[in-house]
Amino acid sequence: MEANSRGTGRLPAAFLTPGSSSFMDFLAEHQPELLPGNRQLPPTQGVIEAPHGTTIVAVTFPGGVVLAGDRRATMGNVIAQRDIEKVFPADEYSAVGIAGTAGLAVEMVKLFQLELEHFEKVEGAQLSLEGKANRLSTMIRSNLGMAMQGLAVVPLFAGYDVDRAKGRIFSYDVTGGRTEERGFAATGSGSVFARGAMKKLYRDDLSEADATTLVVQALYDAADDDSATGGPDVARRIYPIVTVITEDGFRRLTEDESSEIARSILERRLEQPDGPRAALL
Amino acid sequence: MSTPFYVSPQQAMADRAEYARKGIARGRSLVVMQYADGIVFVGENPSRALHKFSEIYDRIGFAAAGKYNEYENLRIGGVRYADLRGYTYDREDVTARGLANVYAQTLGTIFSSAGEKPYEVELVVAEVGETPEGDQIYRLPHDGSIVDEHGSVAVGGNAEQISSYLDREHRDGMSLAEALQLAVRALSRDTNGTEREIPAERLEVAVLDRTRPQQRKFKRIVGGQLARLLEAGSTATEAESSDE
Repeated sequence: MEANSRGTGRLPAAFLTPGSSSFMDFLAEHQPELLPGNRQLPPTQGVIEAPHGTTIVAVTFPGGVVLAGDRRATMGNVIAQRDIEKVFPADEYSAVGIAGTAGLAVEMVKLFQLELEHFEKVEGAQLSLEGKANRLSTMIRSNLGMAMQGLAVVPLFAGYDVDRAKGRIFSYDVTGGRTEERGFAATGSGSVFARGAMKKLYRDDLSEADATTLVVQALYDAADDDSATGGPDVARRIYPIVTVITEDGFRRLTEDESSEIARSILERRLEQPDGPRAALL
Repeated sequence: MSTPFYVSPQQAMADRAEYARKGIARGRSLVVMQYADGIVFVGENPSRALHKFSEIYDRIGFAAAGKYNEYENLRIGGVRYADLRGYTYDREDVTARGLANVYAQTLGTIFSSAGEKPYEVELVVAEVGETPEGDQIYRLPHDGSIVDEHGSVAVGGNAEQISSYLDREHRDGMSLAEALQLAVRALSRDTNGTEREIPAERLEVAVLDRTRPQQRKFKRIVGGQLARLLEAGSTATEAESSDE
């Protein structure tokens, strides 16, 4: 990828044209073929088999938000990968977790991270959290053609809103529709079960430690009932990825920390396989 | 319509160089230098909003003296170049050497094309390495040449005098406070040899810190941290001079 096609080595005009602070706008102008949305898919018969990522959950707590995901990728009824990573930092104050076609999802995250970083470098300031969420909407919408062929990408976006001083969660549908969630949210094949678990466990005065335990509980319940979601794998030491975003920025729990949470949950589940019981009334 | 006078190519280039140099000399000087944990950028800049230093990529920083709109354009071009390259290949494949080359070609082409006004800018592109030996600093004058610098470099109005002062005083392995203090001393020397005070609010300071755990090593130093570093530097120097 030479910066210049005419061979003088000089930056082409598109690089020096003042205007948009968006990397995607720049790509659209300079090298539109690199934008995922501009790819032409040949007509296919049936559904393309590709690894799919499964369950992502998020919970807010006073002072921040927790975003976590299981580690399984499936392809039909086969486990394609046991230790896939589906939760990524988007920038210092936000993270994105992806369910859906893994290959496209990872590419989307890479472009999304770059989009935020590019804006920050060019403008010298960060986008607002809403602005970031809207940017992700646009990217999902540009994948609609692929989604209609069964290659959907459905992320969950969580971040700490510096202006409002609280954690916020945004969920999406395949058409790019964006919804702000209250308290907790889940996406992916196990999301129904995870949401059920969170509904019973969520309170609005959780501590950070409570919130991290809650998301692992929810993922455990999702794995319990959804074959495409992976539970904690003690033998291989593969545990859910848990990330916390607060005023201090993004932090991913170390393997020791997340294994500690997963193991304590496992221990309790030996006595109560269905997990903690909520009050009846 | 009058016939244009004949101007020899030598004269034409000399005029353009003179024009660019004068433009750059009007700007305030800035200093880029190595310290133990990375590279520090120090300049006098009364504006809080218009920066002379900026992040280009993970390990690469940018500094410029001269005309704001021209170097701002080049800076954004550099960010686009780096981000596109990192997106197409890998983050590791974005290097200061590659960027400096593209800048040199751009500045060189503009300088030698008669139809364009030469850019009145002088750039510094710096990349922090894993070790001080891996640090790279390139100075890019207005005409498209590249100078590979070691230790310290100054660009802008009073650059020659500041450079020679820095060459005498700078040594390897300085702490951040020492390096910062030295840079401020160098910048506050006027052309006629007198010193003037540069208050901390008028200083723009940034570092490429190799010890930063984040992937992106560029960081601005402002407010309390800057004041503490300037303070620590001055007490250390006073202690040193009283020993003598």
